[in-house]
Amino acid sequence: MPVITIFYYLITAFIVGMLGWNFWHEKKSVNDMILYLLVIVPLLLRILRVK
Amino acid sequence: MNKERTVKIVLVAVIGVVTALGAVPLYRHRHSTMPVIAGPGVTKVIKLSDYAPTLKGTMGDIDVFVMEGKEPGGKAFLMSDTHANEPAGLLALMALVENAVVDKGTLYVALTFNASGSRNTKPGDGYPLYFDIPTEWGQVRFRFGNRDASPLDQWPDPDVYIHYPERQALSYVDGRNTNRTWPGRPNGLLMERVTFAAMELMRKEKVDVAMDFHGAETMFPVTNCIVAPQKSAKIATMASMTVKAMEGFDNHVEPSPGNFRGLSHREIGDYADTLPFLMEAPIPFLDQPTGPKTVKLLIDGKDDFLLSLSKKKKLFVSYDETGWPMDKRVGQHASVALEILKQFSKKNPERSIKLSGFPRYAEIVQNGIGKYFHDPAKADPKSVYFE
Ligand SMILES: [Zn+2]
Repeated sequence: MPVITIFYYLITAFIVGMLGWNFWHEKKSVNDMILYLLVIVPLLLRILRVK
Repeated sequence: MNKERTVKIVLVAVIGVVTALGAVPLYRHRHSTMPVIAGPGVTKVIKLSDYAPTLKGTMGDIDVFVMEGKEPGGKAFLMSDTHANEPAGLLALMALVENAVVDKGTLYVALTFNASGSRNTKPGDGYPLYFDIPTEWGQVRFRFGNRDASPLDQWPDPDVYIHYPERQALSYVDGRNTNRTWPGRPNGLLMERVTFAAMELMRKEKVDVAMDFHGAETMFPVTNCIVAPQKSAKIATMASMTVKAMEGFDNHVEPSPGNFRGLSHREIGDYADTLPFLMEAPIPFLDQPTGPKTVKLLIDGKDDFLLSLSKKKKLFVSYDETGWPMDKRVGQHASVALEILKQFSKKNPERSIKLSGFPRYAEIVQNGIGKYFHDPAKADPKSVYFE
């Protein structure tokens, strides 16, 4: 795997972590919770390498 | 359990289910295969990776159907699904593989040249995932793909795709476009490895003629034509004039631009001793201002918006209520290919290529292309390949 791809996986994992963190700590806005989940889907699939 | 946690669990479950429902059809499309029967003319089936080991085990590796004549002669490499959303070439070459017999020379046929693209789609345009062609024994189902390889197979995209080896800066997405990655390299992007393997095949086997089958929008000037570089221009012109005179359809010649890199009709000629030709048949489905992108539009090419634009003289092909049916597009590809081989053979008798059993334009328009597809259930299982 090229170095650049490894970096992209790391960036993706970082963003997934951030979104997960925000989702976990969101107390009130259901709207925001839905948005965090929607945005996390493609990134999560990428890390899990679901093809 | 508090209310917040319950809401979160419900949301994760709902979005998980919705994602799965959306993903299942795409997963099945990506993992589906199309049966192809190696007909009486196929003498062996090789892998593209035989010419570039770095392709082995990747989504870029494909079958290449080899059709050798009893007599040695010239060689031609034919490919479809370079852009897997332009399927007329795939239908034409599948009919070739299932029916034709080569009498002199050798054909190498790659049906799903961009295999990853043929397993990709374009959800934003509402692309259908499959389309069916009726035959005497039932429907043949084809995968409908996309112009570019799937990002699942080649990722990440660069910000700017820099063509190898000419270093021309191209759009980021063209790194996944097998008509921008010629002549490729053995250790580059996956699509560069695909085109490199094909270049190696053409160089090692001393292929004389390469044909790349496409479709193009009716509003795009480079449509209904043969794109040819200088070295192929004479043969292309003769083929174009002959089909016009003998078979009554237009197919003009477009010169391959010298400084637009990565295209098959440019690089194959520049990096091998092969004469490249790229065939464009009109495909109304790909035009921007059409109605919904349905299978019907893909097959019959009928669209009211294009009809109105045609009356305003905005199209580059003639267009009326009959649309631009698939059989006509496939027929054009078949006749132009046969005519190019004939013109090449005339000029190079010692390298001539002769084949029979492959229908021409009028037959395909009259009978429908489905007539030339055979039932895989009735074929010898050893001759059925899954693309
Ligand atoms: Zn194309």
